Amino acid sequence: MEFGFTTAAYVVAAVLFILSLGGLSGQESAKRAVWYGIVGMALAVAATLIGPGSGLWLLSILLIAGGGSIGYYVAQKVQMTEMPQLVAAMHSLVGLAAVFVGVIAHIELGRVLVMDDAEKKALDGFAALLAKKDAIEIGILRVELFLGVFIGAVTFTGSVVAYGKLAGKVSSAATKLPGGHMLNAGAAVLSAICLIWYCNTGGVLPLTLMTLAALFIGYHLIMGIGGADMPVVVSMLNSYSGWAAAAIGFSLGNDLLIVVGALVGSSGAILSYIMCKAMNRSFVSVILGGFGGTTGPAMEVEGEQVAIDADGVATALDEADSVIIIPGYGMAVAQAQQNVAELTRRLRAKGKEVRFAIHPVAGRLPGHMNVLLAEAKVPYDIVMEMDEINDDFPETDVAIVIGSNDIVNPAAQEDPNSPIAGMPVLECWKAKQVFVSKRGQGTGYSGIENPLFYKENTRMFYGDAKASLDTLLTLIS
Amino acid sequence: MKIGTPKEIFEGEARVAMTPDSAKQLQKLGYECAIEKGAGEAAGFSDALYEEAGVEVIKTAAGLWKEVDIIAKVRQPEAVELKRLTKDKTLISFFNPAGNEEGMEAAKAKGANVIAMEMVPRISRAQKMDALSSMANIAGYRAVIEAGNNFGRFFTGQITAAGKVPPAKILVVGAGVAGLAAIGTATSLGAITYAFDVRPEVAEQVESMGAEFVYLDFEEEQQDGAATGGYASVSSPEFREAQLAKFRELAPEVDIVITTALIPNRPAPKLWLEDMIAAMKPGSVIVDLAAERGGNAEGTVMDEKIVTDNGVTIVGYTDFPSRMASQASTLYATNIRHMMTDLTPEKDGQINHDMEDDVIRGATVTFEGDITFPPPPPKVQAIAAQKPKEVAPELTPEEKRAQEVAEFKAQTKQQVTLLAVGGALILGAGLFAPASFMQHFIVFVLAVFVGFQVIWGVAHSLHTPLMAVTNAISSIIILGALMQIGSGSALVIILAALSVFMAGINIFGGFLVTRRMLAMFQKS
Repeated sequence: MEFGFTTAAYVVAAVLFILSLGGLSGQESAKRAVWYGIVGMALAVAATLIGPGSGLWLLSILLIAGGGSIGYYVAQKVQMTEMPQLVAAMHSLVGLAAVFVGVIAHIELGRVLVMDDAEKKALDGFAALLAKKDAIEIGILRVELFLGVFIGAVTFTGSVVAYGKLAGKVSSAATKLPGGHMLNAGAAVLSAICLIWYCNTGGVLPLTLMTLAALFIGYHLIMGIGGADMPVVVSMLNSYSGWAAAAIGFSLGNDLLIVVGALVGSSGAILSYIMCKAMNRSFVSVILGGFGGTTGPAMEVEGEQVAIDADGVATALDEADSVIIIPGYGMAVAQAQQNVAELTRRLRAKGKEVRFAIHPVAGRLPGHMNVLLAEAKVPYDIVMEMDEINDDFPETDVAIVIGSNDIVNPAAQEDPNSPIAGMPVLECWKAKQVFVSKRGQGTGYSGIENPLFYKENTRMFYGDAKASLDTLLTLIS
Repeated sequence: MKIGTPKEIFEGEARVAMTPDSAKQLQKLGYECAIEKGAGEAAGFSDALYEEAGVEVIKTAAGLWKEVDIIAKVRQPEAVELKRLTKDKTLISFFNPAGNEEGMEAAKAKGANVIAMEMVPRISRAQKMDALSSMANIAGYRAVIEAGNNFGRFFTGQITAAGKVPPAKILVVGAGVAGLAAIGTATSLGAITYAFDVRPEVAEQVESMGAEFVYLDFEEEQQDGAATGGYASVSSPEFREAQLAKFRELAPEVDIVITTALIPNRPAPKLWLEDMIAAMKPGSVIVDLAAERGGNAEGTVMDEKIVTDNGVTIVGYTDFPSRMASQASTLYATNIRHMMTDLTPEKDGQINHDMEDDVIRGATVTFEGDITFPPPPPKVQAIAAQKPKEVAPELTPEEKRAQEVAEFKAQTKQQVTLLAVGGALILGAGLFAPASFMQHFIVFVLAVFVGFQVIWGVAHSLHTPLMAVTNAISSIIILGALMQIGSGSALVIILAALSVFMAGINIFGGFLVTRRMLAMFQKS
């Protein structure tokens, strides 16, 4: 009866999780959807605690409470600009937990296998589950837990490195050890050999070796991927953490783990796909790091960058009827979202149409800009996706580019030899006037010259985004 | 070196190529300045003013020509002036090189360098020394004033106690610099202004000045003005007919016609024919800015104002800039001063006649005993050619259908292949894997499917919350740890406890941060 109840609880939890993800299709339904997720999680944990095979529930509750209070504290404290690193850090925890659970399964399996039948009968909990398995099932179990540990380990170190890069603790440039991808391939081959070895012997050594190899792959893979590809990396790690959970679910024979793992895994995979598509690059080329080879010399950029001061921008904004703001990672770095929001409020108060154009890979996390703008209380119905707004640029008086570069680079359309040729970009240069708020004359992450800055209708508004907007705000009341 | 300006000897020319202001600037470039006595008088600059600006006043023209190394003047030099040139002297002036063969020969024989101000190429960098434009600007303005002088009515429409006054209708033919200046002046005086030009790309400029562009109902592709350096070119007979027909239609309506149509190195095209003049109302005015090249209107007499039998006044003056001598001199002197700046890159009062420079090369007609006219085409295009727009071929309904069918087929093929391969793999696995595994496998595959279906619907703007929430629910791995924590050794307990702890952080952190984010999304 008890077992039946647990399974029933799992079914309800699984449905709730699906509803929770599905609810994210709209801003309003999303607020309800989170509650579905919370209830689902509470139900699943409660059912497991009272269900078969668990013990030490007091300790468990204490630990959950302890971890929960840390989680609560972090969630309240975190700045919205720090969201990417928080997400990466949380992925690493899931990865590490998956490794631990897999290792425990291994230990228990070893313990159970040497027992005789009488002892097996006396077992309860997780060990009892293992004891029921026959030889083939044990073989499969080994593969499953092996995979769980492998993916978990890759996720763990990968997320730690991603966290370091996003938090600025590790240089965000792409660095590789000598040997490059051969090292990764070697480690992967080693892991594959260990898998065969482990299946045959069930020994500790292959598992340990593989774990080390996987930890190395996670570290080295992410080290080799640079700044602007981070949205893909983070969503990829998100996906991995899901697959790790699913693999562990197989080895534990727990359907809820499988369902949730699959949901999370496919969600991350889709996000990665969307991000890659937005950059017109294949997933493989992102993971292998760096841009694809160019087919010829890049187009010469003619003209010069013309600077403008805050007065000029203020006058132009005063005369404009429609304004589109294109935020990028630079806005997040300068923490300028509040100033942008204030500018938006003032312009809207004057009856001007102000909208935001968000490129799918703007920032370091899928949807990064939306969250920052939402934090600054920019209404979400004036924040548009690229496809929604790209056709409106020709009728726009002023486009303001704040801290973005590659996503507004006309070379993607005009220069077939550009490394980013074919990437969908925001066509802001079609607006009557473009202001680019930028710190200096440097190129963006990709190191590609941006012809936008040299266009006749472009004016460069040099300076730190926040400081520039501060001076601008004093001129617009 | 010394730069000097003689008094213009052309009858009625009031302009002067150096003003006290420009002299001050020239001195900053390191030049000494000189001027013939009384040269600026007609333009309103007395000798005293020049002396005050540090300019040497020389009594006679001969003395000035002898004294200075660089001569700046306005009008094309006459034979008597050219005789005074010597080797090592540089003359900067309007020169009309295309129609002044003898002049060039004379200068060549003397070995002097001559820079013709009308030959300054029309590129952005050279605009500051484009004397044609600055003079045309004055001519355009003055043409409207002159027309008003001869026109017996208001320009602007008024309703007064003494009756209603209709606004004047002005047609400007040729929207070059002079035309645009005329349009600007006419509209600001309140007249209803129409403008025509053979270059369709200037329609936007015309409209920006407040006039209405007169479009022809004509199919032929007009040559882009960019190919000829921004100037008009000769149009086809058919086009000309269409143009004249339009003018004929407009003639009875308009009160004032200002024609500015010129084609470089050609007589002015006849655009306003006798029948159009005859169709105009008595009291109407035609100002023909092309009079010097024969005029755009039939009946124009150069340098004269005539009245036709039906009472239409035709103004054929050619000295509009000279009629505003003070303004014209200021602008022209500034053009000269900019030319000198380009000729003196070191600011050391020494001319560096750089024949590699597009602008200087283009304007130089004789150099060190050679005639260097006509110049090679400039390296920089004056105006970027308009890129021909690519037009996506319109698909017929059949083609569209065929395309759709093909797409559908390709999609079906792709899906069926995927399903077949996936199905085969699963079936293969089923052959070997035990039933207990397959049970879980079904759940897994279905969950992946549900996941894919659900996630596609997530709004782009909610991707960050999506990541946070999937993060939280991927902590479901806590279930595994909870199941294991009670069984077995101390090591197991420790590892499981750690897992539970970490997952706990994640669950609370993930859900709470998602809630925090979602609460921020607000409608306006």
